[in-house]
Amino acid sequence: MLTKRLIACFDIIGGNVTKAVQFQDNIYVGAAEELALSMYEKQIDELIFYDVTASAEKRPIDIETVKRVAACVFIPFTVGGGIKTLSDMYEALKAGAEKISVDSMAVRNPDIITQGSKAFGAQCVVLSTQVKRTPSMPSGYEVYIDGARVATGLDGIEWIRRGQELGAGEICLNSIDCDGTCAGYDLELMKKAEAAVSVPLIASGGAGQPEHLRDLFKTTQAQAAIISSMLYSPRLERNFSVEELKEYLTAQGVAVRPMRAE
Amino acid sequence: MIKIINYKAGNAPSVMHAVEKLGLTAQFVSCGEDLAQATHIILPGVGSARATMDSLREMDMLAALDEEIRGKKIPFLGICVGLQILFEHSAEEDTPCLGWLKGRVHKFDSGKVRVPQMGWNEVNFVKSASIPAKKDHFYFVNSYYCRPEDNADIWGVTDYCGEFCSAINRENIYGTQFHVEKSGEAGLALLRTFLEEA
Repeated sequence: MLTKRLIACFDIIGGNVTKAVQFQDNIYVGAAEELALSMYEKQIDELIFYDVTASAEKRPIDIETVKRVAACVFIPFTVGGGIKTLSDMYEALKAGAEKISVDSMAVRNPDIITQGSKAFGAQCVVLSTQVKRTPSMPSGYEVYIDGARVATGLDGIEWIRRGQELGAGEICLNSIDCDGTCAGYDLELMKKAEAAVSVPLIASGGAGQPEHLRDLFKTTQAQAAIISSMLYSPRLERNFSVEELKEYLTAQGVAVRPMRAE
Repeated sequence: MIKIINYKAGNAPSVMHAVEKLGLTAQFVSCGEDLAQATHIILPGVGSARATMDSLREMDMLAALDEEIRGKKIPFLGICVGLQILFEHSAEEDTPCLGWLKGRVHKFDSGKVRVPQMGWNEVNFVKSASIPAKKDHFYFVNSYYCRPEDNADIWGVTDYCGEFCSAINRENIYGTQFHVEKSGEAGLALLRTFLEEA
């Protein structure tokens, strides 16, 4: 049976992992490859690495950090931030990433999704999107870009449906309202998304307690969850290990990749 | 020397990292001649069956692969699409493939399961190949899966809304639908077994 994935997400600035709350006030957490290796050894299922300032600084993704991380972890590894062209995608894949996440750029130039999907396969293209509850939108969610600062007028659910049509092989949905609050995922958002697309869905934003993961996996079809604060944020009173989370989920009847005794 | 076939849509660098992590050395190859003197040949797979077949043809690799693997019986490991193209045909863009193994490659039904299958799933090794393998979880990313005509070619099986063939073996030819290079310690262990015992 396909197991639910726990994904550690790193926001990288200058080769270091930082943690923000609702896209602001980034604090230093550690060097990217050290944290990546530590997460790998603790048997996280997957890693995502966002070069969060690449787009704003109008520079390509930090390829050297991608290479250093790729050489020391042997689990799937997605990168995003500053990806504008097919050639940017190719460079990131060549550096050792498995999947490329496109976000703001895909809103500006949706064709990048199709191009990437044709060139490298749909499984390489993750459409990440930041949505905010907006009652005036048909689905109740609006897409924001540029570090969740700029409203686009696009409906969140309509956008991911279009993203799948354009060739995205996976959708990562981040709730701006829940991000960094540690109060739980936006389950309603995930329910709407699962009805709209047939590709795998990653839920992002809001995990703070193991129960939040249980609720997500028990009540929605999300196949993966982004956890970051609960793993390593120094702002939280208590962090959780991958092992603790997997033990808890297994006891709750959620299938996860078992811990291996090495 | 271990040879890793390097083509544009593949993820040869990740496979190289995994081989190096095992303390072994390997060489990238991108033309048929360079396959000579291989001790093991690995065909990484990312992207489509058609793109992979086209790349192998452009690199003028098909005859050399046949000679080394089916002629000289050099141990071969095909990963993901690298397994799929061993069969006669892939439903992906209606692509004729190598046909070294009898059978065809089909698409998962997106009405029943999310496609692609993406994540960690359990592989149960159902026949004893010449190299040992233990039941474990490995990382999959696939929309297509093979259906061997000869059950004797089925090395491992996995459940994704029904059982499918997730690993194949016939003599010196091995294939994994999962990514050994991205399956953590389980994948590295299987890769080591192939490189040391096949």
